[in-house]
Amino acid sequence: MTEPLLKIRGLKLEGQSDETWTQIVNGVDLDLKRGEVLGLIGESGAGKSTLGLAAMGFTRDGVRISGGTVEFDGIDLVNSRMSVKRGLLGKRIAYVAQSAAASFNPAHKLIEQHTEAPVRHHEMTKKESEEDAIRLYERLRLPNPEEIGFRYPHQVSGGQLQRAMVAMAMSCRPDLIIFDEPTTALDVTTQIEVLAAIRDIVDQFDTAAIYITHDLAVVAQMADRIKVLFRGDEVEEADTRTMLSEPREDYTKSLWAVRSFERPAKPAPATDAMPVISVQGIDAAYGTAKVLSDVSFDIHEGRTVAVVGESGSGKSTTARCITGLLPPKTGVIQLDGEDLPLDYRKRSKEQLRQIQMIYQMADTALNPRKTIGEIIGRPIEFYMGVSGREKRKRVERILEEVELPPGQYLHRLPSELSGGQKQRIGIARALAAEPKFIICDEVTSALDQLVAESILKLLARLQDERKLSYMFITHDLATVRAIADEVVVMKDGEVVEQGDKREMFRPPHHPYTDLLLSSVPEMDPDWLTRLLEERGRDNIGDASTGRAS
Amino acid sequence: MSNVLKIILQRLLLGLLTLFVVSVVIFAAVNMLPGDFAEVILGQGATPDAVAAIRRDLGLDQPLVLRYFHWLGGAVQGDLGTSFAQANFASFVGEGAAKGATVMQQIAPRFENTMFLAGVTALIAVPFAVGLGILAALYRNTAFDKGANVFALSSISSPEFFLAYVLILFLAVLNPILPSLSNIYDGMGLGERIEKTLLPALTLTLVVTAHMMRMTRAAIINLLASPYIEMARLKGMKPMHVIVRHALPNALAPIINVIALNLAYLITGVVVVEVVFVYPGIGQLFVDAVKNRDIPVVQACCLIFAAAYILLNLLADILSILSNPRLRHPK
Repeated sequence: MTEPLLKIRGLKLEGQSDETWTQIVNGVDLDLKRGEVLGLIGESGAGKSTLGLAAMGFTRDGVRISGGTVEFDGIDLVNSRMSVKRGLLGKRIAYVAQSAAASFNPAHKLIEQHTEAPVRHHEMTKKESEEDAIRLYERLRLPNPEEIGFRYPHQVSGGQLQRAMVAMAMSCRPDLIIFDEPTTALDVTTQIEVLAAIRDIVDQFDTAAIYITHDLAVVAQMADRIKVLFRGDEVEEADTRTMLSEPREDYTKSLWAVRSFERPAKPAPATDAMPVISVQGIDAAYGTAKVLSDVSFDIHEGRTVAVVGESGSGKSTTARCITGLLPPKTGVIQLDGEDLPLDYRKRSKEQLRQIQMIYQMADTALNPRKTIGEIIGRPIEFYMGVSGREKRKRVERILEEVELPPGQYLHRLPSELSGGQKQRIGIARALAAEPKFIICDEVTSALDQLVAESILKLLARLQDERKLSYMFITHDLATVRAIADEVVVMKDGEVVEQGDKREMFRPPHHPYTDLLLSSVPEMDPDWLTRLLEERGRDNIGDASTGRAS
Repeated sequence: MSNVLKIILQRLLLGLLTLFVVSVVIFAAVNMLPGDFAEVILGQGATPDAVAAIRRDLGLDQPLVLRYFHWLGGAVQGDLGTSFAQANFASFVGEGAAKGATVMQQIAPRFENTMFLAGVTALIAVPFAVGLGILAALYRNTAFDKGANVFALSSISSPEFFLAYVLILFLAVLNPILPSLSNIYDGMGLGERIEKTLLPALTLTLVVTAHMMRMTRAAIINLLASPYIEMARLKGMKPMHVIVRHALPNALAPIINVIALNLAYLITGVVVVEVVFVYPGIGQLFVDAVKNRDIPVVQACCLIFAAAYILLNLLADILSILSNPRLRHPK
């Protein structure tokens, strides 16, 4: 057997917080052969990214390698001098980051950043490298390959940027590329293009790769082998098909099981029932840019309406219209059959109380200077005028409802909580107002799958107990399948299809719904190949190229 | 591009408006100064009649608002009035006598000198401070970084005259390399002029370096945690290259603003250094004019200082805008 390209033995990494070092990766072994793709999977905090960077001999500030070895093609990356490592980085080992928008320097054109590595590593002249860049752009199916490189990052859409970054990583034809969640920030339809492009080019140049992700279905398409990490420990490793069909460890099985959560569908509401929220023909615009046209749908008591669509389709704008933050230009919004003033400033306290929101980023939606008790107590005091001991009692009751022991949480600050706990506080804050209707804006998309599932289950339980109505904004169709009763599909500010969930998931669909549905990765290693064949290779990208976001 | 032009035009108009407001403030403030030119110049002989006569000659008996518009009207046409101190008073020398020197004639050569000193200082100080800032960012938290900080902070914390005397001691007295007097005059050759200007310029360099250097350092370090900086490192770029090519272009806006503030200071606030080196700049003229209650000169100096501040900040604004590719190249 030949020596592996990358050989990691007993790698230990430590992270610094408040002056103390704690271990975050506890001795991981890893072998990667030339041309092989290894999927590295685990939840956030499992140490995947840190491990990925350490495989390049690189650590971020506040992280250090405390033990073990990393050998790349026989070169010791832990103890080598910086100049030796610099000679490898960008040339033989390349990196593709999660957010291309943040990882391209805003001050330089794409192609200038592309040619930097080949020129600085004396691989090519600038001219050769530019010509090569154009060829790579072409191969990655970027539109206008001759011209796109001469744009600045902000002039190119997210999916295109991500492919341009893959091209940049390829600029010196490296032996190894580390992909760190390269499609996490993209819409499902855009994700497909990038996945196809990555797989294609890695194949063509026989590049070895480590593909880091938390999305099992994605890794199933990309990797030859999968390694599962949990809190800095390796759980298990196997080739992709084996791992999918017969995972050995309980933790892996639990990851696999998440996608199967689905609550039983509720019976359709009586035809004459008064909807809790009725949106009727609203048009909205930011300045002169029209973003919504003629959006209408009803939400009945105790039911969940999922609003799906890609970014820029008008989902969140619809929410802003319902809450009155962005008064629509025309149209009617009714609560319990009564017209709501379109501007929130003209609504009564009672009307405001009935509509609450839970946000995607619990991190930024909670005031970092207030304790949990204050955060949840505020709406109780504001809407109900309750204070003192009674307020505290109510806060405690709500904390119990969201399954957090009040004694431990009342006096803590948001920064002391994990992502899932913060989202529970976000839910508790919405509940505190005792609303009828809650808008959930991508509430699980920043969370790991296990945590996301527990949040969905919590929301489902609260709905049953309190007869809440939800508007669930999401781009994740697995979430829709899990929790929705009805679905509204939006595209470019319009509703393209709406109806009962079971019908929506059953063909025939509106072509756009079909595109969305078929773009959701499935836990089948052949899914992507099959899909690409079905759509015909040349049509890839038609769905979203040319649209800058 | 039209986007940028529009913003620049907006800033220009805003600058003009600011200048107008400032002119009102200057006029009001100067006229509220205690004391009166006529009384100062007549000294012991200030009889009420003589004072009144001089005030009439100078137009000081007119209402304030009228005087303001008269002054503003002149200023817009480049006529800043006649210096009181140089005026030949009609009530004393008779009508037909030659008018005294205009404020313009008085200020122009002084202002030129001040601009020359500011220019020489800027040429030394800006590259020095920015370069030092870049190096401090590159070798952050090392002895070099700390040394540079201590040097910059101690020079900004010392009084200007002290720095001036220290430089004179070392560069003119102990090692007579440079002249300690900077009495430049018209018709001097450029080489000699620069030589004479060098000591005050060095003194001022010490004064303005700290701000610019520390802002350069901070603005760069601020960006070092950005994903695109990490990306540049992961492409195997050398640290110096990462900072100069990847961090600096994105850190320009705050650096440019601090440079502009310091350049404005060089034009408006260097009286002490001028006095120490006997440099015939506008600062001394200004102080003398205040002492003599020579209102037109004081007003003109203030207006020039204000214009310099506004103009430099405007320039900084425009350059900051131009340094942002999002504005330069809209979607």
